[in-house]
Amino acid sequence: MNAVLANLPEFLEGFRVTLLLLVISGVGALVIGTVVAAMRISPISSLNTFAAVYTELLRNTPLTLVLLFCAFVLPVIGVTLPYFVFAVVGLTLYTSPFVAEALRSGINGVPIGQAEAARSLGLGFVQSVSLIIFPQAFRMVIPPLINVMIALTKNTSVASGFFVVELIGVGKNLANLNGNAVIAILLAVAVFYLVITIPLGLLSQRLEKKLVVLR
Amino acid sequence: MSSPVLFDTPGPKTRRRSLIVSIVALAVIIAVLVWVVLILAAPRQSSGVTLPGFFAASRWDIFTDPIVWNFIGTGVLNTLRAAGVAMVLVLALGLLFASLRTSQHAVVRIPTTLVQEFLRGMPVLLMMLFILVVASTGAFWAVVLGLGLYNGAIIGEILRAGLVSLPRGQREAGLSLGLTRRQTKSLVEMPQAFRQMLPVIVAQLVVLLKDTSLGFIVSYDELIRTTMNSLSAFYGNRYLFSLFVVTLVIYLGINLCLSAFARWLAKRRN
Repeated sequence: MNAVLANLPEFLEGFRVTLLLLVISGVGALVIGTVVAAMRISPISSLNTFAAVYTELLRNTPLTLVLLFCAFVLPVIGVTLPYFVFAVVGLTLYTSPFVAEALRSGINGVPIGQAEAARSLGLGFVQSVSLIIFPQAFRMVIPPLINVMIALTKNTSVASGFFVVELIGVGKNLANLNGNAVIAILLAVAVFYLVITIPLGLLSQRLEKKLVVLR
Repeated sequence: MSSPVLFDTPGPKTRRRSLIVSIVALAVIIAVLVWVVLILAAPRQSSGVTLPGFFAASRWDIFTDPIVWNFIGTGVLNTLRAAGVAMVLVLALGLLFASLRTSQHAVVRIPTTLVQEFLRGMPVLLMMLFILVVASTGAFWAVVLGLGLYNGAIIGEILRAGLVSLPRGQREAGLSLGLTRRQTKSLVEMPQAFRQMLPVIVAQLVVLLKDTSLGFIVSYDELIRTTMNSLSAFYGNRYLFSLFVVTLVIYLGINLCLSAFARWLAKRRN
């Protein structure tokens, strides 16, 4: 316990890096994921295929391999960036197809009858999408998106294997320095992760109950 | 119904316009791909030395050597071995978690929930490191136990959702036949929940297989560590790109097969 309290500043620094990884790659993944989802449901077939291939390719590649590509292979090809940026790029790329799938399933989850009803009332394309489809899809998408973000929180830990000193990196360093308090230090790292993941999980559960559309 | 619901059936003008957009988009995508390939294929300067492009034969010649494939095969086997042992553990733990969590005694239910939430909220990598450092089991068991505990908690949650979604009559019928509560759960409810949730369970097992790659970080000699660490260190940096491509193709092959299997299962059920 003393080892944890004495090194609290280091833990907080690691926590800051983890949060930074989470927020930047989270926002990046939301942006790219939205673009990919829009391509996926668009009527233009070449964009459609591209989005499908992108999704399948990245979803079936291990995150370790994606980060390894960024940290080891890109420098060989001639791209030189700080390792933190490489980690953000890798996490963003890896998370974006999961965001896209969550968005797509939300839009597909709105029953076709809703669209038919809107059209038969005389609403146009923009009206039926913005007034009928989107509000319902949005509700269904929020809990899965939060779950994607929880997964991203846990995935930021993989960056520790690629020269980014975040929570796990700090934990490893401290565990090497304080051989007698390894368990306490690793548990403290776990607590920092739980501080992010458990509130997000509760939020997702609550929203799921609250936002559910009764049909 | 074939005509789109959200907009009127496109006329000749709109159809032509969407065809043009489609062709332009395709051209852009192909142009970007060609550009990337050209950059990769171009010879490059590195501190005064000209190195061949990434598709030059001198960057791929190690793959004619059977010894290299021998190493890669061992890596694949190690990955599959860790995944296989972990899967068995995961299914056992999942069943245990699901039955304890739906117990009628709060003394059993609440601690199980806490343990399960704790395991689900932590990164797998942290668990592997914990097992590696605290229990000093060696890298193989660190990977297997870490994956087992984490995914066991998740499968437990999936099975619990399956149990909850069963019609209540199933349980009532079991009890009214004179089965005990435990018998009803294990003989009537659990088999149905398992079948119901099989596609989701297989999808989670694909995630597990992907996560064996964390062995790279805790120094378990699985596929990525074999190719990107041992082989690239032995043959030199100039093979890094080719080794990466081969690793990627192998992973995609295995995972796409498993994902297709999961989709087939999901479709067959309906």
